[in-house]
Amino acid sequence: MGEKEVESLVARTISRIMIPFIQLFGIYVIVHGETSPGGGFQGGVILGTSMILYGIVYGLSKAKKRVSKKHLIILISLGVLIYSGIGLMDMLSGGKYLQYDSLPLPVDAHETTALSILGVELGIGLTVMSATIILFIYLAGERIGAGMDNW
Amino acid sequence: MNSPIEIDFILLVFLVLISYAAIRMKNLLSATILLSGYSLIMALTWVVLNSPDVAFTEAAVGAGVTTFLFIAALSKTMVMEEK
Repeated sequence: MGEKEVESLVARTISRIMIPFIQLFGIYVIVHGETSPGGGFQGGVILGTSMILYGIVYGLSKAKKRVSKKHLIILISLGVLIYSGIGLMDMLSGGKYLQYDSLPLPVDAHETTALSILGVELGIGLTVMSATIILFIYLAGERIGAGMDNW
Repeated sequence: MNSPIEIDFILLVFLVLISYAAIRMKNLLSATILLSGYSLIMALTWVVLNSPDVAFTEAAVGAGVTTFLFIAALSKTMVMEEK
């Protein structure tokens, strides 16, 4: 878990091939959360884990170049905003908090519920993914006496 | 879906064995890897118990993220437990 990438050619090649599929699977789990097992949290963790794999194999300095701290913090807040925004929109249109079918969308109640659940899951996924990545980079990059100010 | 009792028995025996080995292990890195295996068996147990949602969480968080957190903490301290 150093700054440099690992020597093993096998590890580098396999993770280069696997990381896009891991991310695709994470998006699949988020999007299919309401009908099949999984959901925002699980998909978000899978998306974050792909970045952890990248950081372990290709080194922390490359991983820090891939993601920026400002964008991650914005994504964390955006996820919470999406979740609570959908809940508050339900309240504004006359329902309870997160009562999905009260949104005045031009589709029937079942589809409104499905679309709202998709939005909520996307919000959860964004927050969990960004929090996992930021946790990884801070924990792996922490040195005694040297902060993470340059990231 | 009813699974045969033998599958439950085998999984639970593995759980007990792995957790006992993780407790007794002097090398903390090996204990961490054993805990990762424990999470994998636990995820299988959740699938057998008809809750794939929890199994997903267990496999992703237990076997993936928690193992990384332990290893990151170990890389800043000592790998061997003190006598």
